[in-house]
Amino acid sequence: MTEKIALTLTINGHAHAIAVEARRTLADAIREDCGQTGTHIGCEHGICGACTVIVNGEPVRSCLMFAVQAEGKKIRTVEGLADGDTLHAMQQAFMDHHGLQCGFCTPGFLMLAVGVLEREPDISDGDLLDVLSSNLCRCTGYQNIIKAVRAAAAEMRKRCV
Amino acid sequence: MKPAPFVRHVPRTLQQALAMLSQLAGQDGRILAGGQSLVPIMAFRLAKPAHLIDINEVEGLDRLDSDGKALTIGARVRHAAFHGPVVDNPLAALLTYVARHIAHYPIRMRGTFCGSLAHADPASEWCLTTATLGATMIARSTRGTREIAAKDFFDGIMSTALAEDELLAEVRLPLLAADAKFGFNEFSRRAGDFAMASSLVAYRVVDSKIAEARVGVGGAEPSPRRIAEAEAALNGQPPGDAAFRAAALAASDAVDPLEDHQTNAEYRRDLVRVVVRRALEHSLQ
Repeated sequence: MTEKIALTLTINGHAHAIAVEARRTLADAIREDCGQTGTHIGCEHGICGACTVIVNGEPVRSCLMFAVQAEGKKIRTVEGLADGDTLHAMQQAFMDHHGLQCGFCTPGFLMLAVGVLEREPDISDGDLLDVLSSNLCRCTGYQNIIKAVRAAAAEMRKRCV
Repeated sequence: MKPAPFVRHVPRTLQQALAMLSQLAGQDGRILAGGQSLVPIMAFRLAKPAHLIDINEVEGLDRLDSDGKALTIGARVRHAAFHGPVVDNPLAALLTYVARHIAHYPIRMRGTFCGSLAHADPASEWCLTTATLGATMIARSTRGTREIAAKDFFDGIMSTALAEDELLAEVRLPLLAADAKFGFNEFSRRAGDFAMASSLVAYRVVDSKIAEARVGVGGAEPSPRRIAEAEAALNGQPPGDAAFRAAALAASDAVDPLEDHQTNAEYRRDLVRVVVRRALEHSLQ
């Protein structure tokens, strides 16, 4: 029952060959087995959203998936957002609008916002607000996160045209 | 906060899944669909299933289609499937509106419609929807196929009429009349929290009077259900404040509210009155 299963996780285009128990969450596997510690773990039961990653284009809670379920899927984490030294528009907007203080929730917010905007670039402001209620931040009071995501949404739409 | 050890089984066909469930149900085997309720419960070790039968790879369980009478929803259809219209019927707008009240966006990417029903949380929006609209649950096992009416399906808090070797393979949700009106409202203290009370209503207007009223209440009793007293207060009345208030009061009088760490029965009874009235007001918007 505690035997390890060999599998390959593809994170930001890189293959990680690992061996984990079936009960290993995707969040733990990303951090502990693949060494990609940009993804943070807060509550471990799907409430806080700190561990949000993008799996096959869908923003999901990586603490509520098992690593074995992600085999063969394209996983994207915060480490994959920037292009070399150039930050992703969402990261730049978080800096410009002071959308972070301690930074613990930031990777989750970035992956949530990027994941949703890639799926729904024309999402309304009201719906975006609803999306941002998915994740918890204990520092910023959310206003600057909302400003940052709205600014990045405009920037991302511009780049798509 | 780590799930206890389990053995994962990955069927590729429905027949394989049913055979595994038949074999493993008695050894504390469970179905894993979206996992958005089961995995948190496992993290808390409130559930320690020895075997998980992961149906995410099973062919054909993502069926979502209409035969003109009912919408068939397969066992692996995610909540997010209802973010947009799924059928050319007022039911589509109803499902889209209700879906956006379910937890949060990333949860809706993974969680499934049928999984919510099998989990049977009293506050579940889909449990309320199926109870109000009179859905039919299709339960399958190696012993055969069984149809269960929504009113016979929910059996108290997190309990259903499913036998331990049965998989909720599909749900058939009847389409609404083309001129049907619907309204929904739920109350929770934070966005995405479990509703402390919720209501879904649907009706038609015939000769300026309400007909075929359905008033469902969720989150207030161990299982969601239609409230006949509230429906009687609506049928034959013109839609508007007087009928809506009478129906809301009738609903709050009729329920036997749950008490929990969040609230006492008296407060929850009053919430039922509020959510039913707001759902009815929403039906006119």
